[in-house]
Amino acid sequence: MNTLLETKDLRIEFPAGDGKWAEALCGVDLSLDPGEVLGIVGESGSGKSIAMMALLQLLPKGARVTGSARFKGKELIGMAPSRIRQLRGKSIGCVFQDPLSAFNSVLRIGDQIAEAITLHDRSISKRAALKEAERLFELVAIPQPAKRVSQYPHEFSGGMRQRAMIAMALANRPELLIADEPTTALDVTVQAQILDLLRDLRKDLGIGLVLITHDLGVVAGLADKIAVMYGGRIVERGTTDDVFYHTAHPYTAGLIGAVPSLDGDGPLQQIDGTPPSIFNRPAGCSFHPRCSYTQPACQAGVPSLMNTGHTDCACHFPLVKPRAEVAE
Amino acid sequence: MADTTASLPGQTSGAMRLVRKLPPTAMIGALILLFWIFTVLTIQFWPLANPLDMVGRRLQPPSAAHWLGTDALGRDVFSRTMHGAVWSIPIAFLVVACAVAVGSVLGALSGFFGGWTDGIIMRLVDVTVAFPPILLAMAVAAMLGPGLTNASVAMVIVWWPIYARLMRAQVLEVKEREHVEAAIAGGAGPLRVLRVHVLPLCWTPTLINATMDFGQVVLLAASLSFIGLGAKPPSPEWGSMISEGATRFYSWWIAFGPGMAILTVVLATSFLGDGLRDVFDRRSS
Amino acid sequence: MKDTMPYETVLSVRNLIKEFPMRGGLLGGEVGAVQAVSDISFDIRAGETFGLVGESGCGKSTLGRSILRLIEPTSGTVMLGDKDVTAAGSEDLRQLRREMQIVFQDPMGSLHPKMTVSQILAEGLRLANLPRSELTAQIARLIDMVRLPADMVDRYPHELSGGQRQRIGIARALSLNPKLIVLDEPVSALDVSIQAGVLNLLEELQSELGCAYLFIAHDLGVVRHISHRVAVMYLGRIVELAPVQDLYANPQHPYTQTLLSAIPRADPRLERERKRIVPKGDLPSPMDPPPGCRFHTRCPKATPLCAMETPPLAAKNSADALVACHHPGPVA
Repeated sequence: MNTLLETKDLRIEFPAGDGKWAEALCGVDLSLDPGEVLGIVGESGSGKSIAMMALLQLLPKGARVTGSARFKGKELIGMAPSRIRQLRGKSIGCVFQDPLSAFNSVLRIGDQIAEAITLHDRSISKRAALKEAERLFELVAIPQPAKRVSQYPHEFSGGMRQRAMIAMALANRPELLIADEPTTALDVTVQAQILDLLRDLRKDLGIGLVLITHDLGVVAGLADKIAVMYGGRIVERGTTDDVFYHTAHPYTAGLIGAVPSLDGDGPLQQIDGTPPSIFNRPAGCSFHPRCSYTQPACQAGVPSLMNTGHTDCACHFPLVKPRAEVAE
Repeated sequence: MADTTASLPGQTSGAMRLVRKLPPTAMIGALILLFWIFTVLTIQFWPLANPLDMVGRRLQPPSAAHWLGTDALGRDVFSRTMHGAVWSIPIAFLVVACAVAVGSVLGALSGFFGGWTDGIIMRLVDVTVAFPPILLAMAVAAMLGPGLTNASVAMVIVWWPIYARLMRAQVLEVKEREHVEAAIAGGAGPLRVLRVHVLPLCWTPTLINATMDFGQVVLLAASLSFIGLGAKPPSPEWGSMISEGATRFYSWWIAFGPGMAILTVVLATSFLGDGLRDVFDRRSS
Repeated sequence: MKDTMPYETVLSVRNLIKEFPMRGGLLGGEVGAVQAVSDISFDIRAGETFGLVGESGCGKSTLGRSILRLIEPTSGTVMLGDKDVTAAGSEDLRQLRREMQIVFQDPMGSLHPKMTVSQILAEGLRLANLPRSELTAQIARLIDMVRLPADMVDRYPHELSGGQRQRIGIARALSLNPKLIVLDEPVSALDVSIQAGVLNLLEELQSELGCAYLFIAHDLGVVRHISHRVAVMYLGRIVELAPVQDLYANPQHPYTQTLLSAIPRADPRLERERKRIVPKGDLPSPMDPPPGCRFHTRCPKATPLCAMETPPLAAKNSADALVACHHPGPVA
């Protein structure tokens, strides 16, 4: 199968004043096949969002992006802005955390979706595009689509707005959908509805999905494979089951242990310290100041991703004990 | 993401950091203002002709002896222009300071307590700003009689509502913040909450506006003097000098000096005010 | 999960109502009221953590603030021990604030941005009227209590990380040794790895100091972890109130069941197997709540009775587990 999206040694740097550069993303390799769901998990400052923004050239001015990112074999880094715009919203759809900012508040939602359609295909009439918007509303399970398309963003509840945004992202039948914290601003019951929707879309339309989130619960049920990010690097990568049940990186294990679960008891596993700022990354493995297994070697060299039998893990001393036994 | 913005290196004082961040235009503005303030403080030591004495022939154009010529009574226009700063600059300071004081106090009370306090103060503001400022100032100055003191009172009356509104809006915004609620929960009484937890975070817009208004007040003071409601004749006030010059159209230099003086002050305050706004807005965003 | 013990009541809330006037029309007159908190009663016991969960707009934060009178309740009584909070005059209320404190969701917004840590804590200690020397010692003690290094005192909030800021917020709340602390979403703005540390700290402090917590949150996992008893709110009402084991193992109200089934689990196998109860439609507007049981418009078990009569919050299985539902029990 052809790879849908593949990044190789993707690096992003921001000017840090005095001619210095701060590395926000330090060489990231990811790949996604059509119809696959990739979960990118990380905390604030881990670089999980900017990697995808870099692909779409949505980073603030001044950022320096190097490395390679191919979408269906086409190189995205350094692509002309006009061609990126062609891809964005057509072959690649985006869903963000805050659905309100994605819509113009003085235009009807249906018109905005119709415009997104006609923008990429001039041959479609306004009427046909509006009809299509209605169909998309049906697809994302917005009740009364015919009435809803002629409403304004403020008339939608948070969950409905997020559905509308997904509908807009799907407007041009993209092959790849990038969802950045799509449910973080929503209540749990609404979140459950949106996650169900994403699951159905993937099954029915066969699109690839990159799901960026800080919530391990969200990826557990949806993702085929997971990349855990910390300090601008992927620290662990593997199939969802392997990452959860054969965890090799102490940070991943810490994250899983830190979530207060609905079953299970005992004190939460806490990770002391705070995630590093991109301007001040620790030497060596950037997790070492917070890691409970730290040894002198951890400060010396940056560990590279190595196969541990189950997951790929960037750690000098990966945890060998499979978590599966612990979980059951 | 906010977590990653830790402390900035270098422990310079807040004022120095502010100066370093100011754009060049604002620095020019600040230098011009400093020049005028320096002039006010040291004018008595300058080797200038007495601004009230006849020092040469009447209506002389600019020359090496009289840089900006002489006026209808043979007085040195350059000397009068420089001495004019002694009237205009302190008065503008005083007027802005009083307007800020009155306006901020009333605006803060209005915003913080709301209810009828707010109702009364804001209606008063509405009534005041309903008049064109120059007209209101003229009316008040005319009622109190001409003279710089009365003109200043008139200007304060024109200006305080601006600061009342600014401060009220700011207080309304800040008082809803959680740290204020935290202070109330910690047992702070209303006046302490206002003084310690609200007001210190409300000054930025007032500071920027006051800087910009400084030039406007110089202008209004000159306008009042121009129409005879401000400083009285022999005193070298910029507005009354321009008024003298206006009757002698072909002796352009009489009005040129004070005109340029006013221009530099207004421009300087605009530059500085804009620069301050840039710095503070960037900080808050 | 913890066991409930024989208890003494710290806080007792009776029939608390908070209405916000709704303005409208040309002249901006009052055209109605939104009942954010409607007729709520419950007790919090000494040393316990009482969890309050619900989705946004259910009134949980309004309830927390009404109890402290940071928002004036419309009617009802709040008793802190034997003192009536709702009837207290402004000076009495100020004194009562020694005994009840609050920690906010936004750790940055809840700290005065231009005060240092020690100034912030000193503000919290003003009611204690300590002499200067003791004040410094007390501040140092508080910083130590929330496991922060002593050199934090001269820092400004913007120089701290989110977790450190929240610890300062907790230190401030603890400063007067209160009997009750309202924790309003104290960890929801924090990263997962930081959140666990703050939750552990809260538990440790409770066992050291014995204060009671009213823990308000939308995250049921967090609430389960820290609470002894939990109340679930929906549109201004408590629909279920039970000891934590009962509520999570054996939820009686269909809304509680819905909420629990909606939480994504950090466990792929569980995630694949379980079934969700998805509520019908959208949350009704709080301005116009449905009559009868407010959940009936979305409830899988609704009958005509539910639309007509408001079910009271009453004991069903044990005296300690209360539910407000005409048809409690598991769905089919």
